[in-house]
Amino acid sequence: MRKEIENLQNEIIRISGVNPRKCMRCGKCSGTCPAYDEMEYHPHQFVSMVESGDIEPLLNSKSLYQCLTCFACVDRCPRGVEPAKLIEAVRLAAVRKQGQNHMTANDIPEKLDEDIPQQALVSALRKYSK
Amino acid sequence: MKVSYFPGCTLKTKAKDLDAYARKCAEILGITLEEIENWQCCGGVFTTARDEIATKLSSVRALNDAKEKNQALVSVCSACHNVLKQTNYAMQTDEEFASRANNYMQLDEAYLGETQVLHYLELLRDVVGFDKVAEKVVNPLKGKKIAAYYGCLLLRPNSVMKMDDPENPTIIEDLIRALGAEAVIYPYRNECCGGYVALENPDSAKEKSLKVTNSAKNAEADIILTACPLCKYNLEKNGADIPVVYFTELMAEAFGIKEDCNA
Ligand code: SF4
Ligand code: SF4
Repeated sequence: MRKEIENLQNEIIRISGVNPRKCMRCGKCSGTCPAYDEMEYHPHQFVSMVESGDIEPLLNSKSLYQCLTCFACVDRCPRGVEPAKLIEAVRLAAVRKQGQNHMTANDIPEKLDEDIPQQALVSALRKYSK
Repeated sequence: MKVSYFPGCTLKTKAKDLDAYARKCAEILGITLEEIENWQCCGGVFTTARDEIATKLSSVRALNDAKEKNQALVSVCSACHNVLKQTNYAMQTDEEFASRANNYMQLDEAYLGETQVLHYLELLRDVVGFDKVAEKVVNPLKGKKIAAYYGCLLLRPNSVMKMDDPENPTIIEDLIRALGAEAVIYPYRNECCGGYVALENPDSAKEKSLKVTNSAKNAEADIILTACPLCKYNLEKNGADIPVVYFTELMAEAFGIKEDCNA
């Protein structure tokens, strides 16, 4: 594995606190994931791809922005792997890079309607930008 | 009895009614909600990454404020509650995170997660008691079929939230029954409405929300009950054709004080 990828892999494992080697590949996380249809890589694939160091495709995947952080995969994984935390760590690795914000305050006005609660705006900015 | 209260940004703006009903109902039940001074927005979502410190400090400040008053910290919004509880748990269990957060805070005494964090529903169940809630009902909501909508934030992650059985919760149904109405059980009551993805991918949020609404309607619900402004928004925006109501509003109605709150 290239050094750079190995560092990234260690970083993702460290900040997420997830140990992907605990996964037994049952697929329950993806089976229960409400955003499954919108994702190209699914929760169980995040786990196995981070484990094998195949991280580049994940960094560029739209899946990062489709996860709802609903923690269904976290609570329903029989091995306590907590895939959502891994997805969050990969998303941060992507948006923390300079100029890689997925959404900024400038994008917000066109997304507004008069009923949208503040909670949605602060949450989206926290998820999608640095 | 006095508790510290963290209203959060949305209860000061789009969800003022959720807040007003909560305060009035607490008064009836003999609880004073003391708003934390100079609280700041919780950020809406808890970032699970352990190296994310600065964005969690507004929660740590509120938690420490409650600790200094020796009070529990109560919130009504599902999102605020989720962020406060997860932050508090991290302060209790992640030494490195807690020490870095405390470095920023510069308190006389380090904060290590001492405060008890309660959702308003937990306050009703564990401090007041649903039997006492039932005693205050003057206008029992007889004949109404109500679908409790938990969504994701109230219950998960269960290891931290510890509010109820995450797959078979009863806390909101117990409140509904205490208010004299009928609680309707349906499969999607603890699935996500789409949350903040409403901004990134509205079609995705629509699909998630419709599943919840249809599931409640299939169970013949007249009303969907929620604690979360974003759940309410997503369900209403995406074709809910039955009312989506805050649990505090329903309580105010049963207590006969709904009109006072609108004043
Ligand atoms: S549910 Fe857990 S053990 Fe099963 S595939 Fe997903 S991460 Fe692995
Ligand atoms: S947290 Fe994300 S990945 Fe996990 S089940 Fe929810 S939407 Fe899917």
